[in-house]
Amino acid sequence: MRHKTFLWFILPSLAAMILFIALPLVSVVVQSMYIEHEQVLVVTENCGPFGCTQESSVDTEATAQLRAEQPLGRFAGLATYFDRGHLASSEVAEAWANRESLGDFFAELYNLPFYKALAFTLTYTFVVTPMVIVLGLLIALGVNRLTPALKGPTIFVSLLPMIITPLIGSLILFWMIDAQGVIGKSLQWIFDDPELSLKASPPLTWITLIVYGIWSGAPFAFVVFYAGLQTVNSDSLEAAMIDGATKWQQIRYVVIPHLMPLAVFISLMQLMDNFRVFEPVVGFSAQANAPSLSYIIFADMRSDITRFNSAAATSVLTVIGVTILLAPVLVRTWRDFKGKAV
Amino acid sequence: MSSTIANRSSRSLIVISSAFVLLWVIVASFPFLWTLWGSFKVQGDFFSKADWTQALTGTRTLIETGGTFTGKGYEGAWVQEEFWRAAINTFIIVFFTVVISLTFGTLGGYALARSGHNYSFWLLMIALVFRAMPHITLVSGYLLPFFEWNLWGHIPTAIIVLVAINQPFTLWMLHSFFLNIPKDLDESAKVDGCNQFQAFRHVIIPVMWPGVITTGLFSFLLAYNDFSVTSMLLSEENRTMVPAIYGFLGSTQEEGNVMFAVASVVSATAPLFVLVMFFQRQIVSGLTAGAVKG
Repeated sequence: MRHKTFLWFILPSLAAMILFIALPLVSVVVQSMYIEHEQVLVVTENCGPFGCTQESSVDTEATAQLRAEQPLGRFAGLATYFDRGHLASSEVAEAWANRESLGDFFAELYNLPFYKALAFTLTYTFVVTPMVIVLGLLIALGVNRLTPALKGPTIFVSLLPMIITPLIGSLILFWMIDAQGVIGKSLQWIFDDPELSLKASPPLTWITLIVYGIWSGAPFAFVVFYAGLQTVNSDSLEAAMIDGATKWQQIRYVVIPHLMPLAVFISLMQLMDNFRVFEPVVGFSAQANAPSLSYIIFADMRSDITRFNSAAATSVLTVIGVTILLAPVLVRTWRDFKGKAV
Repeated sequence: MSSTIANRSSRSLIVISSAFVLLWVIVASFPFLWTLWGSFKVQGDFFSKADWTQALTGTRTLIETGGTFTGKGYEGAWVQEEFWRAAINTFIIVFFTVVISLTFGTLGGYALARSGHNYSFWLLMIALVFRAMPHITLVSGYLLPFFEWNLWGHIPTAIIVLVAINQPFTLWMLHSFFLNIPKDLDESAKVDGCNQFQAFRHVIIPVMWPGVITTGLFSFLLAYNDFSVTSMLLSEENRTMVPAIYGFLGSTQEEGNVMFAVASVVSATAPLFVLVMFFQRQIVSGLTAGAVKG
């Protein structure tokens, strides 16, 4: 295909991506380097019978005008990145200097909003992703043994947690785990503790969100593995059986190696999706105990005074996180590509 | 002797694996059935203070409304809170997002599949990176400029943003789909005197529909399920179903209002059920297409 034709074909798509994905990323970087104007102060001198006093007051009109004229605010460089709400360099340095133990240091770190969100996001990503793969594989192996008549309905039901709107799915579960909901009540009965509430304690909230993540992610892994199982070479399975391999050994040495490339694909997709975990935090009202990076950006934009700079700085840090997460894949693909070219 | 042992072990294996699948089916479907059932009750039964069996029998519902089922939640959501507006907005946004995404995506995906140049590889890689961007980071980039240029709050803005966010995925999917359509097809059309666009128009378009429908389903899901874009970029009267449901939660102090949210959750889930019922095969093939070729 000639360059010019290619350009015309790709143009609408490329324009949309540049305008609404690439430029917003630039906009985020720019916004993160500005902070809101300070209020304009006017100093007035009141001279009374007992001498003069100087009084400073806020000139609301001038402040509003200044803010309207330069909505970005004033240039602050990287200041926002290092403030308490983000990387908190001085707080971290102080916590490190005053640490009594490493655990103590991490506890201090966990009190800082950005590190708290980062801790939850990373834990969520790296617990949910492998669990999804394992559960998806088990379901796929199980469904594959069913009689054909049962397979269709089972796949239908299995798809539901995946296609459901994330906010709606998490709300449905949130209502069920409520202290008065069906799961919440059952747990109270099982553990014989009428005060048990999954919402109250941070560890239980984390576990709840992770369970939700696995519930909603497993169907994707299941479907991909299930399709992969249909293409397992039956000859090699038979050969393994003749050689005396047990069912478990057949799975371990024939099926799993066959599914390996699919597992890589699933983990890539899941890493991307889990790192941006957002709706479950909203749905489970878990922002106090388990905020994610996406959530704190949302909270900055939702607060009474929109903190564009703070949201933007967190966004930039999140994008850097995503890039680090993707880097191994990108490097590998690039090597493959170079290898092909040579 | 050994064969009977093998039989016995395989029988227990079958029992275990069937039990596991059964357990999964319950875990996957029970929340939906429970919420569907509960949406026809009053709050006192949905959240059973006294005894969870009340949710099944509808004791409080019977006391409060005179029947064991009540449509009050639905009535409150659709009539009193005007959830139908949100439903119409959702329909408009989803429809145009899917149509525009597919138009842009087929053109772009086709070009990427047929161009052997280096830059098409790089474009796909960039699209992959864009695919990984958390949507909320992009939204934080839009907000200030959109406020300034008075673009904020309008339905077309949300549509074009969703189209753009959709593009990386659409491109990847249609690209791998077009790779499967033999190159000879459009080559021979070109030999017959068509230019590239005519070849696309007369030869590729007639055979591309299965792939387009599959991709369209996923575009639909992305637009329909979106919360970050629609909740941040739409004004109150233009908002779609998902942010509207989130809005109900803000006003749950009043007794019974939470049932509005439950009813609207069930209403918003219904189209997704229908979708899976009719297009299960396409969804499964779409999920695996990316895996097998990606």
